[in-house]
Amino acid sequence: MDLANFFIQLLNSVQYGLLLFMLAAGLTLIFGIMGVVNLAHGSFYMLGAYLAWSLSALFGSLSLAIIGGAALSVLFGLALEWLLFRHFYERDHLDQVLLTFGLIYIFEELRSILWGDDVHGVPIPELLSASIPLTDNLSYPVYRLFMSGVCLALAAGLYFLISKTRLGMKIRAGAFNRDMAEALGVNIKLIHAVVFALGVGLAAVAGMVAAPVASVYPNMGSQVLIMCFVVVVIGGIGSVRGALIAALLVGLVDTFGKVLLPQVAGMLVYILMAAVLLYKPEGLFKQ
Amino acid sequence: MTQANMEILPRGVQVALFLGLAALLAFPFAGTEFYTEMVTRMMIMAIFAMSLDLLQGVTGLVSLGHAAYFGLAGYALAFLTPQGEPVSLWWTLPVAVLGSGLAALIIGFFVVRTRGIYFIMVTMAFAQMVFFLFFDNKALGGSDGLYINFRPSAALFGWVPFELDGKRTLYYFTLAAMLLVYAFLRRLLWSPFGRALAGIRVNEHRMRAMGFYTFGYKLTAFTLAGGLAGLAGYLWGTQTGYINPELMGFQMSAHTIMMVVLGGMGNIAGAMVGAFTFEYLLHVFKDLPQVGSVNLGKHWQLWMGLFIVLLVTFAPRGLLGLAGRLGKRGMDKENQGE
Repeated sequence: MDLANFFIQLLNSVQYGLLLFMLAAGLTLIFGIMGVVNLAHGSFYMLGAYLAWSLSALFGSLSLAIIGGAALSVLFGLALEWLLFRHFYERDHLDQVLLTFGLIYIFEELRSILWGDDVHGVPIPELLSASIPLTDNLSYPVYRLFMSGVCLALAAGLYFLISKTRLGMKIRAGAFNRDMAEALGVNIKLIHAVVFALGVGLAAVAGMVAAPVASVYPNMGSQVLIMCFVVVVIGGIGSVRGALIAALLVGLVDTFGKVLLPQVAGMLVYILMAAVLLYKPEGLFKQ
Repeated sequence: MTQANMEILPRGVQVALFLGLAALLAFPFAGTEFYTEMVTRMMIMAIFAMSLDLLQGVTGLVSLGHAAYFGLAGYALAFLTPQGEPVSLWWTLPVAVLGSGLAALIIGFFVVRTRGIYFIMVTMAFAQMVFFLFFDNKALGGSDGLYINFRPSAALFGWVPFELDGKRTLYYFTLAAMLLVYAFLRRLLWSPFGRALAGIRVNEHRMRAMGFYTFGYKLTAFTLAGGLAGLAGYLWGTQTGYINPELMGFQMSAHTIMMVVLGGMGNIAGAMVGAFTFEYLLHVFKDLPQVGSVNLGKHWQLWMGLFIVLLVTFAPRGLLGLAGRLGKRGMDKENQGE
């Protein structure tokens, strides 16, 4: 592997890692704050991708589609939280697993009824369709840099929201001790709804920015969900910082594994996970 | 896991189980060939669900990767069966079951250290690893899977006690296996080992404080459950003659969890009832008619999903739990009347 190729793979790893982080952050926040295991988190990623496909055809612009899609998916998250999830905060993990597994089925079929079962491509906007030449025969697509940029901006925004704002303080207080925070006047119900909608929105935006590269197809949610689990397990559940580091690690191992050891690439991240579990059964950054 | 487990079966449930057994014994003479095959499949799934109940209901470990051990035994049968002739049942069955048990022992070593939600995620991730091992490698059949051209032969030194090729023999062989597994697990539930597992479900910290080496107990349960899942997988391979990575996938594991919950956890009988009900529901949903321009059966996952969401919202203790609760309410009323 020469230097230019290495550099490209490195950029790809970071881009994939950041995408995984957007998903894993929502998953780990929803678990860390509400104590809910959400198997349907991958469905929100799928929802985002299909929204990007429909809305970019409707508006003729991917950026408008992303803004509109993000708003729609946040509303969807709020409705879902109000209708179903809030009744399951105090329930057993097993009940939550079943509820969200049932939801996967429902979402998959609704997707099939609304959007059909074909694979779709979402065109890359003209502005971002160029490539940056690295050597004579290697170049890097601008769109992938744009993806990384969006993910980085959202990650920074999330960090700012949670660690610097008043709302973030309340979120942390609620995660640390629900009863105490409530006694101090924090509206926990509202916080839960906000965090849930935030998680759904992050997953959907991840699906939307990934759509032009990864294309849009049935079952795309469950593949990504399993990767998110690996990230969350490695990073330590409930830890957003852990999710970021684990996502980048998984991105590296997966991308370079596919290039250097294609025979066992599918297994490498799981081997990484097993190694981490041996060393730290609660993940690297258990809070 | 605070839900009360009905480990002692109420009299009414016992009677129902006996009636069910009588119905199963008579079924191949009454039902068509199609339904005989379907009930065979239900019984295989019942064995699989019972093996999971040992973890999920008895020990309180919700494994979202149990299908891996089911699939591995099926693959073992596929690899052991030569191209042109059947292989002997008498050594391949133990090899497949032990192989699945061994895989469970190795994976269990990693997963049993974790607890609660971690356990759910990690079991799923390891099962996915096994899935990809087979899915990505052409030598292991790849995404297309493998055919098993011949059912195992039961011949012993030239003497043939029964032929698994016959649909009825396979049916009764599976029924016998299911009854054996049920009897074994019920016996295990009330052994000191089973009581220790139940103790771990209720309060693992206290069990450890009392001097129980809970890691060893949980690992043993995990291995045992993996081996029994292997028995089910072997029978599945025998019946269908075909094995593919989907059998080890996430959906298969989730379905099994569903079966155990549907029937009621922790008493082994519930898992059996749940497996029959779940498989039957699948059959009904897939068989729904065309209404107007909408083919209801094509969207069976939608009905299944709605059913799951409604069940978990309104009857989290499953069918036997629901029956038990209704029965108890009836009894309370009688007592009040006195």
